[in-house]
Amino acid sequence: METLISILVGLFFSIGTYLVLSKSLIRIILGTSIISHGVNLLILTMGGLKTGGPPLLGGINTTFTDSLPQALILTAIVINFAVTALFLVLSYRTYKTVGTDDMDQLRGNKDE
Amino acid sequence: MNNLVIWPIIIPLIAGLILILFRKNILFQRLLSILAIIGIGVVSVSLMSQIKGNGIQTLQAGGWAPPYGISIVADMFSAILLLSSSIVALFCLIYSFRSIGEKREKHYFYPFYLFLITGVNGSFLTGDIFNLFVCFEVMLISSYVLISLGGTKLQLRESIKYILINVLSSSLFLVAIAYLYAMLGTLNFAHLSLRVAEAGQDGLLTTVSLLFLIVFGMKAALFLFFWLPGAYSAPPTAIAAVFAALLTKVGIYALFRTFTLVFYHKPEVTHFIIGILGALTMLLGAIGAIAYWDIKKILTYNVIVGVGFIIAGLASQTPNGIMGSLYYLIHDILIKALIFLLGGAIIVITGTSKLKEISGLIRNHPYLGWMFFIAALSLAGIPPLSGFLGKVFITRGTFEAGYYWLGGIGLLTSLMVLFSIMKIFMNVFWGETALSKEMEKGTTKGLMFPIGCLTALTITLGLGAEGIHEYVQIAADGLVNPSLYIEAVMAGAK
Repeated sequence: METLISILVGLFFSIGTYLVLSKSLIRIILGTSIISHGVNLLILTMGGLKTGGPPLLGGINTTFTDSLPQALILTAIVINFAVTALFLVLSYRTYKTVGTDDMDQLRGNKDE
Repeated sequence: MNNLVIWPIIIPLIAGLILILFRKNILFQRLLSILAIIGIGVVSVSLMSQIKGNGIQTLQAGGWAPPYGISIVADMFSAILLLSSSIVALFCLIYSFRSIGEKREKHYFYPFYLFLITGVNGSFLTGDIFNLFVCFEVMLISSYVLISLGGTKLQLRESIKYILINVLSSSLFLVAIAYLYAMLGTLNFAHLSLRVAEAGQDGLLTTVSLLFLIVFGMKAALFLFFWLPGAYSAPPTAIAAVFAALLTKVGIYALFRTFTLVFYHKPEVTHFIIGILGALTMLLGAIGAIAYWDIKKILTYNVIVGVGFIIAGLASQTPNGIMGSLYYLIHDILIKALIFLLGGAIIVITGTSKLKEISGLIRNHPYLGWMFFIAALSLAGIPPLSGFLGKVFITRGTFEAGYYWLGGIGLLTSLMVLFSIMKIFMNVFWGETALSKEMEKGTTKGLMFPIGCLTALTITLGLGAEGIHEYVQIAADGLVNPSLYIEAVMAGAK
């Protein structure tokens, strides 16, 4: 199971990298989102995918899955959510002010 | 257990939260933020005296025994960085009163400034690698906002690049943490160090350590500095000065922490690569610094040279090299803020940052000119000033470790730095006075006080290096012997 998920994570990373290297700003933001999905899956996988009950006490289970990676992911998701929201708003603002979303035209050597 | 350890994180956090409520009351905002930063300074001084007397101070958050909870650890290294960063933060704040403008002040400038300090202090104090990630994010998100606050075209354009780079490096940081957790099963620095020492640092762990090197190298502008010159020349001067003084230093701190505490077993691989990266950083940064005719660009490339120099001390892995890095780190935090503030004052007066359009400022601004001269000499490491001692110890350390090329490049780049900064001095202050008093674009009223204080500090630090030697010695001992750190943290386990 770990192998399969690892291949999937690799796929996420390659797609994300490809998108980040493209010209349009929105594709870059999508790329960073996909990479962070890959990261979250990777943390889950690296904690081990051994079978066990959900980490809730009081159930019938005697073995549990590792709860630490889940806490880490939860933190990482929230942080990434905030950063992506900021990034999207900022790119919208940039589009309104500068008038382009083409990264080549955001170099800005002309007006300085 | 010592509750004082967490104060440097809590004070700016609470002050920032309160300030959100008083958006329109600028006087109160200024007052509270100054008080908060002075409070951090006082706390870090008392932490330093406690660490000197009783060894490393720790706090187990929530009373959970290590490694199960989050440890907050203040060793002398962190305490020194806390003190010097709070001093610089104070003077940049005073500088911003006059220069930042009412519009920015009303749009939550001070809360974000304090949250930035929260993240920086948290990174210095945490004893847990995932908590370090969170503190990095606190710092970075505040810096995203500060860099784009105001919303000029230049700021928007550069902040997009800055955010993109940092989002990617944060993702890589998480990847590295995931690998580390899979191999060692813990996140606490002291416990990580123990486990690495028990299991031995095999090829896989070395690979992970190199991944950390890439991540922190990106934050600290070690070789991967392509994002820095653009990003640091976009925001207003006070913000750029804080960034130059503190943000890269947090990356350097993380590099020191990981490579002296956890991954110190294979120096022939990791520290050798760090040395090569340091040498390249110094060379490329110095080339950039002498290539440009723009004040902001020259100053930002000087930030990069400083990073390479500090890292050279880490690469040597000798007590002398580490001690030199500490001296240079303290000096670098002060001097980078100082030269950015000086550059900002010149731009305020002339309205341009292009060297070829400015000349002869010394006639109307003698104090500014001579302070710039002192700062330039200090930056290059001329003996009575603060940059000298660090350079001597770092060079000695690299020679002792047998890295003659590294020490040599360090000395060579010092010359290039001196040339680049003297280029500013001679072009701006000497020559025909083209700008009469009436034609000036702005006034330096209120800007001279923080600049003067920082200049006085760099002279004092140079002449009175003996006074801080004891503290630097303790910090260097702590970095050379990781067992001190581990014992202090793990003592809470019993």
